[in-house]
Amino acid sequence: MIWNSLGDFIAMGGYGFYVWGSYLVTAGLIVAEILLLRARRHAVEKSRQAQALLSE
Amino acid sequence: MKRTLRVIVLRDLLLAMRRRADVATTLFFFVIVASLFPLGVGPEPKLLRAMAPGIVWVAALLASMLSLERLFAADYADGSLEQLVLAPEPLVLVVIGKVLAHWLVSGLPLVLISPVIALQYDLPAEAIVTLLLALLLGTPLLSLIGAIGAALTVGVRGGGVLISLLVLPLYVPVLIFGAGAVDASTIGMEAGGHLSILGALLLLGMVLAPWATAAALRISLE
Amino acid sequence: MKLNWFKYASPVTFYPLAGKLIPWFALAAAGLTLAGLYLSFFVAPTDFQQGESYRIIFIHVPAAWMSMFIYVVMAAWAAAGLIFNTRLSSMMASALAPTGALFTFIALWTGALWGKPTWGAWWVWDARLTSELILLFLYIGFMALHAAIDDPRRADRASAVLALVGVVNVPIIYFSVKWWNTLHQGASVSMTMAPKMAATMLLGMLIMALACWMYSIAAALARVRCIILEREQQAEWVANLSREST
Repeated sequence: MIWNSLGDFIAMGGYGFYVWGSYLVTAGLIVAEILLLRARRHAVEKSRQAQALLSE
Repeated sequence: MKRTLRVIVLRDLLLAMRRRADVATTLFFFVIVASLFPLGVGPEPKLLRAMAPGIVWVAALLASMLSLERLFAADYADGSLEQLVLAPEPLVLVVIGKVLAHWLVSGLPLVLISPVIALQYDLPAEAIVTLLLALLLGTPLLSLIGAIGAALTVGVRGGGVLISLLVLPLYVPVLIFGAGAVDASTIGMEAGGHLSILGALLLLGMVLAPWATAAALRISLE
Repeated sequence: MKLNWFKYASPVTFYPLAGKLIPWFALAAAGLTLAGLYLSFFVAPTDFQQGESYRIIFIHVPAAWMSMFIYVVMAAWAAAGLIFNTRLSSMMASALAPTGALFTFIALWTGALWGKPTWGAWWVWDARLTSELILLFLYIGFMALHAAIDDPRRADRASAVLALVGVVNVPIIYFSVKWWNTLHQGASVSMTMAPKMAATMLLGMLIMALACWMYSIAAALARVRCIILEREQQAEWVANLSREST
């Protein structure tokens, strides 16, 4: 184990801002992409069901 | 083949002459943009001399790009573009003719007025010569690459700005080597290498770009 | 057994296949990410020169690799759509673009956050970062062109031509930017001067890259399913789909 404590881990030798700024933003963007995809899927589902009802 | 080329070029030149204002605006845009930069960065001669190659080239890029819409728009509007695509003459040849006419009207004037701009920035004489040569090699390439963007966006809303977005990344190598050539001359070094690469890019563009443009035109006109 | 390669080239058959594949790729992505992050933060040693800030490399480099890889794959699908005139190929290209653009942005963002502590500036005009920026513009151009054209087939084909023109130009752009960079800045500032690769560092990067790859496939498959449904709304098979959860 490289880190002596959780504090050390978060501080990242003084570079915490940069390291976590990178990883957290990346994670956030990936999550955002997944959420946007889900939203798109919901929208298509709604429209598809409406379409199916119409054509009955 | 030569006859088709001649006919297309002369037709486009004639049409351009009828709308001389369009042609002149490209030229004036170039001059205005180049004149704006000193107002933005200050009149310090050394700074301006250092920035001049980049500024002149970016201004030329932007001016060239603004005139791209005109390449196919008018013909598309009145239906003659469709006729040109359907004509038995090879579309690649038609494209080369139109690009040549476009360059004569929008690119060549930039080349010719560039020494004046260069003097505004106090570029040394060798650099002015290099600038002329670089623009002479570069502006046709800008027209060739730009034609692809123009063909892809024929009749599309938001065409002008969209063309810029599509075409500017592709202009980057031309900018780098064109400005690099003039930069080298300004500090007294050899510009031959840059100009050679620019020439090579131009040859590559002359072979590939009309073909891509023709394909794009066919797609746009289905 | 006669393999019909084109069996899945139709949206009807590809749709359920994609649906079955997504969970596997998502799982692989999650697993690899955990393994990669573990290596990156708990196994790879501290760098002598750059301290802990170098750990950004474990997301920066994989993101950059993916941004370029996805562009090429996207162009390949676009070419397939042009050559074989298959709708699905073009849909795959459109499905890949946003994910590719995302990785390009991540590469730029993490590059900036790496550059600041290392070289003191939020942005350095190093050849690779500048090329990444231009790649982002190429992605945006592709998506903008597709969005601007109303007719889907014309949009597919036009953006395909653009993608192919882009893919041909990317090496030219990269080399001209590289040349420009060495001329103007000298070798003092360069992302290529990465810390000497301990084996664990390289392994960490590779695993993270694989994780990004698995993720990209899952995201692209999910997106292409949306695109299929959106574009094939009129088809009967779409109407007959039983209600599915996301």
